Amino acid sequence: MEKAVETSRLDRFLDSDIWHSFKGNPVAIVSLIITLIMVLSAVFAPFIAPHDPFDLMKIDIMDSSLPPSWMEEGEARFLLGTDDQGRDILSTIMYGARISLTVGFASVIFSMIVGITLGLISGYAGGRVDAFIMRVADIQLSFPAILIALLIDGVARGIFSSELHSEISLYVLIFAIGISGWVQYARTVRGSTLVEKNKEYVQAARVIGIRPGTILRRHILPNVMGPVMVIATIHLAVAVITEATLSFLGVGVPPTTPSLGTLIRIGNEYLFSGEWWITIFPGATLLILVLAVNLLGDWLRDALNPKLR
Amino acid sequence: MVSFLFKRLLQSIIVMFTVALIAFSMFRFVGDPINNMVGQDTSQEERDELREKLGLNDPFVVQFLRFAGNAAVGDFGYSYKYKIPVSEMIAERMPATLELAFISAILSLVVGIPLGVYTALRREGILSKIAMAMSLVGVSLPTFLIGILLILFFGVVLRWLPTFGRGDVVELGFWTTGFLTKSGILSLILPSITLALFQLTLIMRLVRAEMLEVLRTDFIKFAKARGLPDRAVHFKHALKNTLVPVITITGLQLGSLIAFAIITESVFQWPGMGLMFIQAIADVDIPIMAAYLVLIAFFFVLINMIVDILYYAVDPRLRTSDGS
Repeated sequence: MEKAVETSRLDRFLDSDIWHSFKGNPVAIVSLIITLIMVLSAVFAPFIAPHDPFDLMKIDIMDSSLPPSWMEEGEARFLLGTDDQGRDILSTIMYGARISLTVGFASVIFSMIVGITLGLISGYAGGRVDAFIMRVADIQLSFPAILIALLIDGVARGIFSSELHSEISLYVLIFAIGISGWVQYARTVRGSTLVEKNKEYVQAARVIGIRPGTILRRHILPNVMGPVMVIATIHLAVAVITEATLSFLGVGVPPTTPSLGTLIRIGNEYLFSGEWWITIFPGATLLILVLAVNLLGDWLRDALNPKLR
Repeated sequence: MVSFLFKRLLQSIIVMFTVALIAFSMFRFVGDPINNMVGQDTSQEERDELREKLGLNDPFVVQFLRFAGNAAVGDFGYSYKYKIPVSEMIAERMPATLELAFISAILSLVVGIPLGVYTALRREGILSKIAMAMSLVGVSLPTFLIGILLILFFGVVLRWLPTFGRGDVVELGFWTTGFLTKSGILSLILPSITLALFQLTLIMRLVRAEMLEVLRTDFIKFAKARGLPDRAVHFKHALKNTLVPVITITGLQLGSLIAFAIITESVFQWPGMGLMFIQAIADVDIPIMAAYLVLIAFFFVLINMIVDILYYAVDPRLRTSDGS
């Protein structure tokens, strides 16, 4: 029985508009492949990275500041060269992408949970609750997300001692980036909820006495998720950029667990002495990742937009 | 119109009030203000005396009103780290940030609007395709990475342009300007391009989308049918009708320019308010953070008000009915 449901779901997916649109769009296919390669190599970095850049026993100061392997003085062991401490750039990028993507996904999920919950409540309850939530959203929206994330990080530094802060800074960062992004979800979900709640299936559910919480979760939520997925995809790109920016400014993750932004910051100091590869490769990785995710988001928006069909 | 403006004014006051409350809470509850002001060897009596003198034992509301009153006249107390008035530090650094933001805003409008119009009119042209592809890269490229690439190319490889600081500045009373010296103007080029690029691509895409929308409407077809030259149709009729959303976004982006200047300023070591704010976060210098927050909020609210008033100037439809 279970099996039958499973196959029919797969069949349904293979025959859906989304899948057909995806198959016919080379840009979307390439973007998805690039994104998957990056995510997988970040997830499995401990197994596939050529070196372990954080094992002090294995890095050798004699290998420091080597250029990429195709240049003169480059060594085949280090494909993209090494940094000032002799760490392999390719490996640090894999580990760095791991941190960047962890923060990115976690803060998107955090924003989604807060935003969807508040959006559903706002749209379904209406009245004063709605007015209050939307006012808060308006005020927050009038400030750039990066400024809010910076402030939360700054306040956290004041509240926690510096050792405790570097220990929990990853969570502070996720909280800061997550909080700065909930408004878009809330607004979109509220709009869809306002439309859905007057439809007959919701009225029917209400008439047979289902509790509001259940109606929101089981009936309205699945019907407002389409636009949310589009926002989430594009928000992932924004969250990764925000994390990189904060780490670049030196207020993000601690230098002991460098993300892509931290790597770029470290490399930036060596730009003038000609060691461009320490900065440029992490930077290019970040750019390609963000570009691929953005293109995926663009495609998803067009594919889910009934007006363009 | 008057009732609408009044409503907006009220809203702005609420926003400023909220921000001031947040800033005050930061100042009062993050760390102990007394510990941050005195040295290790200050006795408990002296601390208590200072606490009483500064009014930190007063009720919350009284303290907040005092804070808000002082903030309204630009008094934010002393920096914990530098022991000088925050207002002085801000006054010293504001010209650098405002000049940078101003030039970037001009740049993104002067380049962004024509590019948007062009890409909308010649949709299939090679140049349009290139511009659109570049704009996607521009949106995906983080500000600091743009800065680094520009530094690498124009500063390190070609050695054409300075890559840090403001160059020589001229003092005009309370304002220091970099516009009047050669090194000042050269120093402005890379930071202002860095800061402008994101807004530029945004404005270009927006103008393009709006133009395409307007070009499909009946009154454009009618204007063409009347035999008006393309030039008049495109610029007098079409472009004019895209301006309302362009003004909205540009206005809002102007605020973001000041905030994004934080990033540009730290890449180029530009001695503005943003660099000061980043250093304040690293040092947990709360008075500076609070002052910066209130100041930025003020800029945002002010810009929003101006944008709303501009609507009336640009869109006659809003003048006929209540509009709000």
